[in-house]
Amino acid sequence: MTSDVAPRTSPLSDLDRRDAAWYWDKLAQVLILVAGLSGIVAVIGIFVFITKEGFGFISESLIPAEFFGSIAWRPTSETRPTYGILALAAGTASVTGLAMLIAVPFSLGAAIYIGEFAEGKTREALKVLVELLAAIPSVVWGFIGMTILNPLIIDVFDVPVGLSVLNAGVILGLMAAPIMTTIAEDALKAVPDGYREAAEAMGATRWQVIFQVVLPAAKKGLVAAVLLGVGRGFGETMAVLMASGHAINLPTSPFDSVRAITATIAAELGETAHGSEHYKALFTLGILLFAVTFVINLTADIVVRGRSRKKR
Amino acid sequence: MVSSATDVRPTRSEAPEYGVRPLVRVRDLTIRYDDEPALANVTFDIHEHEIFGIIGPAGSGKTSFLRALNRMDEFTPAMEFDGRIEFDGHDVRHMRNLYALRRRIGVVFPLPVGLPMTVYDNVALSPRLSGVRKKAELDEIVERCLTRAALWDEVKDRLHALGSLLSGGQQQRLTIARALSQEPDLLLLDEFSIAVDPVTTMRIEDVLKELRDELTIVLVTNLVQQARRLADRTAFFLMGECVEVAETEALFTGEVREQRTRDYVEGRFG
Repeated sequence: MTSDVAPRTSPLSDLDRRDAAWYWDKLAQVLILVAGLSGIVAVIGIFVFITKEGFGFISESLIPAEFFGSIAWRPTSETRPTYGILALAAGTASVTGLAMLIAVPFSLGAAIYIGEFAEGKTREALKVLVELLAAIPSVVWGFIGMTILNPLIIDVFDVPVGLSVLNAGVILGLMAAPIMTTIAEDALKAVPDGYREAAEAMGATRWQVIFQVVLPAAKKGLVAAVLLGVGRGFGETMAVLMASGHAINLPTSPFDSVRAITATIAAELGETAHGSEHYKALFTLGILLFAVTFVINLTADIVVRGRSRKKR
Repeated sequence: MVSSATDVRPTRSEAPEYGVRPLVRVRDLTIRYDDEPALANVTFDIHEHEIFGIIGPAGSGKTSFLRALNRMDEFTPAMEFDGRIEFDGHDVRHMRNLYALRRRIGVVFPLPVGLPMTVYDNVALSPRLSGVRKKAELDEIVERCLTRAALWDEVKDRLHALGSLLSGGQQQRLTIARALSQEPDLLLLDEFSIAVDPVTTMRIEDVLKELRDELTIVLVTNLVQQARRLADRTAFFLMGECVEVAETEALFTGEVREQRTRDYVEGRFG
């Protein structure tokens, strides 16, 4: 390229010199890239690790009919150890299901109240309190389940044992609700005020605005909130271990004690010999949890995206 | 001003009260935000079937007036107003059903607000809210309102696409169609053309001229020429004061009393 315009400074001017700001910019880019990739690396790393540890069991000792179809989880049997996860899966599913039954209406209601109705100090106070609730350690929730909810359930329902699906479900629901509320409220807050004003200017009542405009607009975030809750329910260990009764059982009523997959891993891993069949079986449970979480997230992603794409 | 021979709409501001039915009466209206006045002691009438223009520089209280009129002060806790606004003979501040008032007043905002739903649902929302359920009836309303808003031909093949995916000008016409679906008596337009290209603006202006036969329009605009093209009478707001209300042509031909109005419409400030 030639130019008629003579450069005002010498050719080797600051236009060609890379200064400190340029290098900082490049350095920052690299650091951000590393930080961004670290998440992917961690997920892949975990996946590889648990697969490696559990793979021996899957390839050598796993009998699919027994693994998925039997309720007998007897890894320490001297004569013939069996690894049936049906009861454990049912335990996890029943507790999570009950927890969501409690947490979804509570958290969505709370989010709507905080996001759409509460004002000023009430709103700020509620937000802080909800976040505080979300920060309570799970062992404390488990403790509440054991010492408060347990006798309460025994008294109210006149049942012999209060550590059950009901107890763990309620505790888990209360645990999951605050974080779901926070996420759902963020989703509601992300709905532009213009939507609300436009709908209210049409003469829509508060409820009509919320149900016809705000909730549909916040749909994605709300689905994310519920899924986070489901994920929390699946993954929660300590509170479930303490409140569910930790008894291998196919639950037929909310008052039955159950044992969750996560609680099984937590309770048994410390007592197994490294590399033993039992040890590998527990890692297989880990793979299962990982896969279920993955499928839930993926399904949700497809559902949310598929729906918005269809409308285009 | 284009008006047909059969058009008996009175336009003179000093027309006697009989014969002219004021749809909106404003008396000593003062609007404050946290004691900061935005509009002071405004008094005028808006007649049925007229396009009433409101011009004035930014911050002169035009939008605040619209907000007071359909009681959108509800959304701004800091906003309060004194004085009286009567809509169809009722004091807007002492109505027992605010939602019914808002249903009779359509609003078009400066930036188009295509609600995050389909084109069809955008227009059908208001009828649905007031209880229309039959599909045939809704179809008819949607087609009629979109046609009125000069949008039907462009969207009839994609009624079930997201309204927010339309272009800015189309979204603004969608907003007008939505406002018309309320079958309002009064349509408030708040600087509807700031995000719309000139060609679309002219199309919307043609729509508004036709709509005058059906309803009353309050047109807040920054473009004095737009007021001149459309409005029968125009009010000039300046720094929270209603300087004057006059027949629009009088404002532009220099027959008005106030020097400030003359300066503004001639572009000497603002």
